[in-house]
Amino acid sequence: MRRIGVVATAAAIGLALTACSGGGDGGGDGDGGDGGGDGGTDVEVFTWWAAGSELTGLEALEAVFAEQHPDLTFVNGAVAGGAGSAAKDLLQTRLQAGDPPDTFQAHAGAELTDYIAAGQLEDVSDLYTEFGLTDVFPQDLIDLLTVDGSIYSVPSNIHRSNVVWANPTVLESAGIDPTAVPADIDAWIADLEAVQATGVTALSVATTWTQVNLLETVLMADLGADGYVGLWNGDTDWASADVTTALEHFETLMSFTNTDRDGLDWPEATQMVIDGTAAYNVMGDWAVAAFEEQGVERGAGFVDFPVPGSEGQFGFLADSFTLPVGAPNPDGATAWLETVGSLEGQVAFNQAKGSIPARTDADPADFSEYQQSAIESYANDAIVPSLAHGAAAPIAVLNAISDATSKFTTGGSDLATYQEELAAAVG
Amino acid sequence: MKTIKRWGPPVLLLTPSIILMAVFVYGLIVANFATSATDNHTSAQATGVQPTVFVGIGNYLDLLASEAFQHSLKNLLLYTVVFLVGTMVIGFVWAWLLERPMRGEGIFRSVYLFPMAVSFIASGVVWRWLLNSNEGEQALGLNRLFQMIGLDFLQNPWWNNISWGIAAIALPAIWQLSGYVMALFLAGFRGVPEELREAGRMDGASEWQVYRHVIFPQLSPVALSALIIIGHMSLKAFDLIMSISKPSNYQTKVPAVDMYVFKSSFDYANSAAVGAILLIIVAVLVIPYLIHTNRKEASGR
Repeated sequence: MRRIGVVATAAAIGLALTACSGGGDGGGDGDGGDGGGDGGTDVEVFTWWAAGSELTGLEALEAVFAEQHPDLTFVNGAVAGGAGSAAKDLLQTRLQAGDPPDTFQAHAGAELTDYIAAGQLEDVSDLYTEFGLTDVFPQDLIDLLTVDGSIYSVPSNIHRSNVVWANPTVLESAGIDPTAVPADIDAWIADLEAVQATGVTALSVATTWTQVNLLETVLMADLGADGYVGLWNGDTDWASADVTTALEHFETLMSFTNTDRDGLDWPEATQMVIDGTAAYNVMGDWAVAAFEEQGVERGAGFVDFPVPGSEGQFGFLADSFTLPVGAPNPDGATAWLETVGSLEGQVAFNQAKGSIPARTDADPADFSEYQQSAIESYANDAIVPSLAHGAAAPIAVLNAISDATSKFTTGGSDLATYQEELAAAVG
Repeated sequence: MKTIKRWGPPVLLLTPSIILMAVFVYGLIVANFATSATDNHTSAQATGVQPTVFVGIGNYLDLLASEAFQHSLKNLLLYTVVFLVGTMVIGFVWAWLLERPMRGEGIFRSVYLFPMAVSFIASGVVWRWLLNSNEGEQALGLNRLFQMIGLDFLQNPWWNNISWGIAAIALPAIWQLSGYVMALFLAGFRGVPEELREAGRMDGASEWQVYRHVIFPQLSPVALSALIIIGHMSLKAFDLIMSISKPSNYQTKVPAVDMYVFKSSFDYANSAAVGAILLIIVAVLVIPYLIHTNRKEASGR
């Protein structure tokens, strides 16, 4: 009897302690989460821009917002970690619990499919007309953003996925003219062989998603813009011989890469080109920031060109902002979307982040040399959606393609199986 | 009246914890099984915009039949075997060496136990570099070390080997938890009364025979506890794998990683099914142990 009493008391005390600490944590979270919701003038902007040039960009955008809407208060709901995966996990939980932020960042395009299907996003097509965005965004982009006649987000910036970054010194020592761009993948493979003969890693790549990034650019190069877009709308057959050729090219390209790739992320792979331990790297154009931060100059220190065979295509990915169903302050969110879509907002944000405006009426002179070339391609090229960054396919499809790609590049499946698995993934 | 007086206070005190456990542990386990028996594979179904249908054990059959999940299970088995054998052998040998009180024992004990204080995430970051799979000129980490000491033939791709790679991830896990197993065994050794050893020696047993027939048999409950503790940690392996490798890397897939990937694809039914399978595996391991200890306690009284 006495023993039971002691144990019970101990349990009760233990429970009380847990309850206290639990309550403390919960209270802290609650404050952070609700901050945006309660006040009538607060606008909680949920992003994964918590550091580096992304944070600078967000701050620039916040400044423009304060100027355009002085009556509203910007509340930063940024969640750091895992290149956005931590933020997406938390967002999924909040949306399920019916506690959405006023607006959240998401990759524009097919990655929104899940939120749209779940009825978590408002149609913002009317805002496009109201803010005059229909005329200033390229038609290709608007087509890619439109789902069943509705648009669900406003893009803030554009990045390009199909860019090769190369070290001219390494190329010269392999007898390759760094100013000459190979005409197609086969010509590029010849150059890669020449580099490999000198004992340097010919092509650097990192973990699975960067391999998927490489895969998509090879598909663009070999299938052309229409063929590539057809992969995602069902017009191109994944089992076709053209796709087989592209996958063979991908296999050959992977054979030139570093063996420690699966343990690296993109900055380490790009760093190999900066350091001269690799000749080429295929990466989205945020990589330009890595070169610039280290004082490496375009031309002398690095060269960039579209993945051979994919000139004339702009593999786009975009960050965009949404209007969730049940946002505590929908008017504030609408004001934020207006700032995001405005010329001032896009120029300020993209100058800081290093991407380019989704609007075509920005003055290129405001931007860096690389950005100017990207702005020109964006205006003239066919705009095609990037797979690795959620523009081309929903998350479940991307995950299935990533799994199949990892299995293939680690030697778990042969090319025929890989092609079957890709076809099955897209369904 | 007297009964209430006797049972009332304890029951009252225990009620909050029982309710919390009922809701947040057992209630959620039931909810998990319920989700795993539906076709809740899309975001629209997860939010209730579209209806879900009861499919029974369909998800389990599909998962167990899929090559990808079999690969994960195989990896989990391999990881568990290497992790268990590694920690048990090393922990036991260390405990045996430290069993006799000696100078500096406290230092050794701390040195061996310290790695346990490091989080799996932090040690994973370091081991990702140590286990770099480059060989030859670009080698880093352990492969570079092997070159420097002239053991070039030992270089290998570590966790990037498609069949055995997962065993390399067990290395940091062994490094971290061997000290803990040592502490368990050391407590076991200390629990054997000196008189028993004396008695054995009086009967003419050699020092080895004292260990073999007197001390080791008394360690079996400790060994069983260690086995259960390490075993269930191994089945839940997730953080170490995530920090050394990446969720989509085929060579290091285990069920816990699959569960995460399914969840992030809005496939709640399959995610719940993987969770349920893990729970069942752990239960198969732990429940017989609990029954065994309960019986022993009952008979001990």
